[in-house]
Amino acid sequence: MDHDNTDKPAPATPGVSRRGFITSVGTGAIGVAAAASLVSAAPPETQADVVAAGGMSSVSLVVNGRRHTMLVEPRWSLLYVLRDRLGLTGTKIGCERGECGACTVLIDGKARYACMTLAVEADGRDITTIEGLMTGEELGTTQQAFADEDAFQCGYCTPGQVMAAESLLRVNPSPTLDEIRQGMAGNLCRCGAYAHIFKAVAKAADLKRQGR
Amino acid sequence: MKPEDLYFWDGPLPETQAPTSTPEPWTETKVVGKPVTRVDAYDRVSGSAIYPSDVILPDMLHAAILSCPHAHAMVKKVDTSAAAKTPGVRAILVDGQVGANVPWYGGRSGFASRLFDPHCRYEGDEVAVVAADTIYQAWDAVRAIKVEYDVLPRVTTVAEAMKPTAPAVRDGGNVPQAPPPYSRGDVDAAFKTADVVLEHTFTTPCELHNPMELFGCVVKWDGPRLTVWESTQGVYAVQSTVARALNLPLANVRVIGHYMGGGFGAKLDTGKYSIMAALLAKKTGRPVRLFVSREEACRSMGNRPANTITLKAAAKKDGTLVALQSRVVGSGGAYSEGGTGGVDFVIRELYACPNVKCENQSAYVNAGPQRAFRAPGHPQGAWALEGMMDALAAKLGMDPVDLRLKNIALVSQSRNGNPPYSTTGFADCLREGAKTFGWADARRKPQAPAHIKRGVGVAGGMWQGGSGGPPATVIVKLFADGSANLNMGAADIGCGTKTWGAQIVSEELGVPLDRISIEHADTGTTQFATPSGGSKTAPTESPAIHAAAFDVKQQLMGMAAEQLKLPAADLELRGGEVVSKTDPAKKVALGQIQAFGRRGLLVGIGYRGMNPAGKAVNPFAVHFAEVEVNTRTGEVKVVRFLAAHDSGRILNLKTFQNQVFGGITMGIGFGLTEDRVMDDKQLGKVLSANLHDYKLPTALDAPADKTVVVVDLHDTFSSTGAKGVGEPATIPTAPAIANAVCHAIGVRLTDAPMSRARVLRALAAQKPAPASQKRGE
Ligand code: FES
Ligand code: FES
Repeated sequence: MDHDNTDKPAPATPGVSRRGFITSVGTGAIGVAAAASLVSAAPPETQADVVAAGGMSSVSLVVNGRRHTMLVEPRWSLLYVLRDRLGLTGTKIGCERGECGACTVLIDGKARYACMTLAVEADGRDITTIEGLMTGEELGTTQQAFADEDAFQCGYCTPGQVMAAESLLRVNPSPTLDEIRQGMAGNLCRCGAYAHIFKAVAKAADLKRQGR
Repeated sequence: MKPEDLYFWDGPLPETQAPTSTPEPWTETKVVGKPVTRVDAYDRVSGSAIYPSDVILPDMLHAAILSCPHAHAMVKKVDTSAAAKTPGVRAILVDGQVGANVPWYGGRSGFASRLFDPHCRYEGDEVAVVAADTIYQAWDAVRAIKVEYDVLPRVTTVAEAMKPTAPAVRDGGNVPQAPPPYSRGDVDAAFKTADVVLEHTFTTPCELHNPMELFGCVVKWDGPRLTVWESTQGVYAVQSTVARALNLPLANVRVIGHYMGGGFGAKLDTGKYSIMAALLAKKTGRPVRLFVSREEACRSMGNRPANTITLKAAAKKDGTLVALQSRVVGSGGAYSEGGTGGVDFVIRELYACPNVKCENQSAYVNAGPQRAFRAPGHPQGAWALEGMMDALAAKLGMDPVDLRLKNIALVSQSRNGNPPYSTTGFADCLREGAKTFGWADARRKPQAPAHIKRGVGVAGGMWQGGSGGPPATVIVKLFADGSANLNMGAADIGCGTKTWGAQIVSEELGVPLDRISIEHADTGTTQFATPSGGSKTAPTESPAIHAAAFDVKQQLMGMAAEQLKLPAADLELRGGEVVSKTDPAKKVALGQIQAFGRRGLLVGIGYRGMNPAGKAVNPFAVHFAEVEVNTRTGEVKVVRFLAAHDSGRILNLKTFQNQVFGGITMGIGFGLTEDRVMDDKQLGKVLSANLHDYKLPTALDAPADKTVVVVDLHDTFSSTGAKGVGEPATIPTAPAIANAVCHAIGVRLTDAPMSRARVLRALAAQKPAPASQKRGE
C-alpha cells in the first residue's frame, strides 16, 4: 500500500520494506531462489550438496553470538528452527509467508523475514534475534525506547518491529520521519501502535547518537 | 447483584456479592491517570513474555487441521490410511471417533453443527485434525488424507440467499426470523412535513480481525485435569466451553492467558481448536500445540459482517433532525444469525430525534461465521449515519459541526424510560475537538489548483457498552514489607489492564509500581472475570480493584488507629507512613504497625457494585480527519487526525492515547483498504485469505500527525469514573475520512472501503460541481 502521492523513488532503507518486498517477488508466494537472493548478495554457494527430500543436512548457525551446529530438514524455515528447535520464542510467527514482519531478525546485520529464509540458507550466517539485543538482563537501546514510548499494545509484533528499527538505525543513524515510516513499512501492527513506534524509533536514534 | 448483560457471553453470569464498603471517588490523583510506562513493558520488548503460541512443553506434539476446500459440500468418505503411515504422525481425529461428537455453533438454545460435521457449510469447516512430532509432519499428513466430497450448490450473498429457490445453507431455511423493528414516533408523518428529506444507501466491507498472534492453544493433561494455554480475551469463557465440550468439572480445566497477541473480539469465542487439541492430547498422552494458519484465520476465525444500510433522514430548515429510518441487511455467515447486530444503535441513539424506525434483515450464507468485532455494528452504523449528517449539512448549508451540536441528545432515547446519560461529553468533544483541530479555518482553506485535493471532515460516535458492571471480584494483598500483589481474572489484551490496575493499587496504598506484582487471567489462581471485550474491562474491573485496595487500607488504618490511640478517621496513608491529619507529628511507619507485622499479610477483597439506577452510561467520541485525494490515481491519504473522546476518567494517559491511535488505524483500514473478497460468482471461496490480499493499514497508511483531546466530565457512576475507550476509538473514524474526501473532491462516497478504483469511478461520474462547492477556484 503505497500512499505516497509523489512519484519519487522510495528512499533507500535497509531490510525488507513491505512494498519493496512485494514488488520484487510478485505475491506472497515466493520461491526458494528469490528468498535466497534476499538473504545476501554474496555469490551463490557453488559446492552445495544435493540432499534427498526428507533427509537432513547439517548447518551451523551463529545465533546471538552462539554457534549451533545441527541437522535440519532442507524445508525447515529459519523461523521454525529459532522458535521450535532453539527455543528462542522472542521471534514471533504471524503468517509464514513474508507478509507481516512478526518474524523479523537480523541476518548479517540486516532485517530479514525468518519465515522466508530456509535454515539451510542461513548456514554460516550471523543471526541476531530480539534476545540478542539484550545485555544480560538490560534492555538494548531500541528496546528501551519502545518501552518508554509505549510503542506497542499486545506486543506480539513488537520483537519484529524492534529488529526492523535496529536494522534501520544501523544503516541510517538519523532517519527522518519519512525514512522511519518507510523503514518500518514491512512490519504490520494490528493494534495500530504506529504513531508511538515512529516516536520510539526517533528516540532510539537519539539515544544511540548519544552513545547509549 | 444483577450481572451486566454481555452480548458475547452465552449463559448466566455468576453474581458477585454487593460491596461491603465503597471508596469515594478520588478528587485528585498522584498515580492514576499519569502516563506511566507499562508494568509489563520489559517483558514485551525483551522477548521474555511467553505468549500461548510460544509455550513449548517436553514431548509436545504439533497439530494441523484439514478443512473443507468447498463453499458447500457433504463429506462422503475420509480415508486416513495413507496419512497414518506418514512419518511422525501420532494421531488423526475425524468425525465419528470417540469424543469427537461435540456440538458446535450455537448455545444453550441449540447447536447447528458439530466438531467435524460432514455437512460443510463454508470453505473452512473442519474435517479432520492430525498430531505429529513436528508441524511439518502434521501438514504432510493433512495433505495425505483423502476426502470424497459431494459438492453442493452454494450461496454466498444475502440477496441470493433470500430467494426461495436458493440452496439451503441450513435446515430450516436461510432466513432467520428478523427481530421486530425498532420504532418510536411516526416516521411517515415526519417525512411528509419535513423541510429536507434525504435518502442514501451505504455499504460496508466484511472486515477480518487478523490479530497478529494466530488463534490456538497448547494443552496438557495431568490425569483427569487439563491445562490450556490459550490466546484468548477471556480465560473463564474458554474454561466453560472446554468443560462443557469435554464433560469435565470446571475445576479440572485450568486456562492460562497471561499474554495474548491481539483479539479485537475474535478471541472472545472459544475455537474448535481447543477441543481438538485436548482430544489429541488425551489420545496420545502427550501435550499438543494447535495454532491455525493465517489463511485458516482469514476464512474461519470470524469477521465483521458486510452491511448494506439504506438510511432516510429528515430535518427542519434550522437543522433540527425530525426523522431517521434505516433498513440494514447483512449476513453472519453459515452459523450466526447476527449479520446486522448493533448497526442501528447509533441511528437510534446518537442524536435527539423524535421519529425513528429501524429494520434489520439477516440471512445465512456459505461463508465463515462472524464473531464480535470491535464495537459490533457501530462502525457500520456510523458510516451511514455520519455520512448522512454530512450530506444533510451540505443540503442545509450548515457547518457539519454546528448541525451535530444542534441535535445533542441528553437522554438515552432508545432505552426504556429514556434515562439521562450519567455524563455526555459529545457536545464538548465537538467543540473542543473543532477548536484544537482548527476546524473552521481548515474548512475554509482554499483548494490548490493541483491534482491533489485537500479536505477535512468530521464524524461522531458512541458505544452502546462501555459502562461495565458486575460481576467482578478482585483481591489485593499487602505484604509486611509494604509490597503488594494484585489478583484479578481479567486478561490484558494490550489495553494496559495490568498497568492501570497497579496504578490504582499504588494510588490507594502508596506502594510504588515496582513493588506490585500481578496475578491475572488464570482460572487456577484468580477470581472469575468476564472476557476482556466491549470496552468494559476498565469500567468493570477498576472499581473492584479500587475497592480491594480500599479494603486493605481500612484494615491497616484500624490497626494503626489502635496503636496510635487515634480515631481511624483522623488517619491517612502518606509515603509509607500512617499519619494523623490533625497532628502530623503523630505517625507510624507501615513496618512499625505491630498488628500488621504479626499478621504478615493483609488481604482485601473488592467487588464491583451496580451502576446507578436510572442512568445510562456511555462513552462518546468525535473524530476529525484531514485527507489528500490524488484525483489522478484515486489515492486517499490521511495526513492529519484528531480524536476527541469522553471516556470518563483516564486511568493512564499514555496507554489511553495509544489505544485511541490504534482505533483510528483500524478505522482507516475499514474506510480505505480492508475487504474480505469472496468469489461469489464462481466457487464461493475467500480470495483475500492472507495479509497480502487482505490489506491491513501499514506504517505508511497511519498518519504520524495524530492528536487526542480528552474530555473528562468527572463522572461518578463508579468510584473510578472510568468509561470504556477501545470500541469508541474506531467507530467514527471511517466516516470522518469519507466526509473529508467529500470536502476535498465534492463527491460523496457511500461504499467502504474507498478504494482507488471507487474514488476514480466516483470522480468520473461526477457532474460539474455547482459554483458554491468550488472553493477557492
Ligand atoms: S511470519 Fe514472517 S512475515 Fe509473517
Ligand atoms: S502491538 Fe499488537 S500487533 Fe503490534
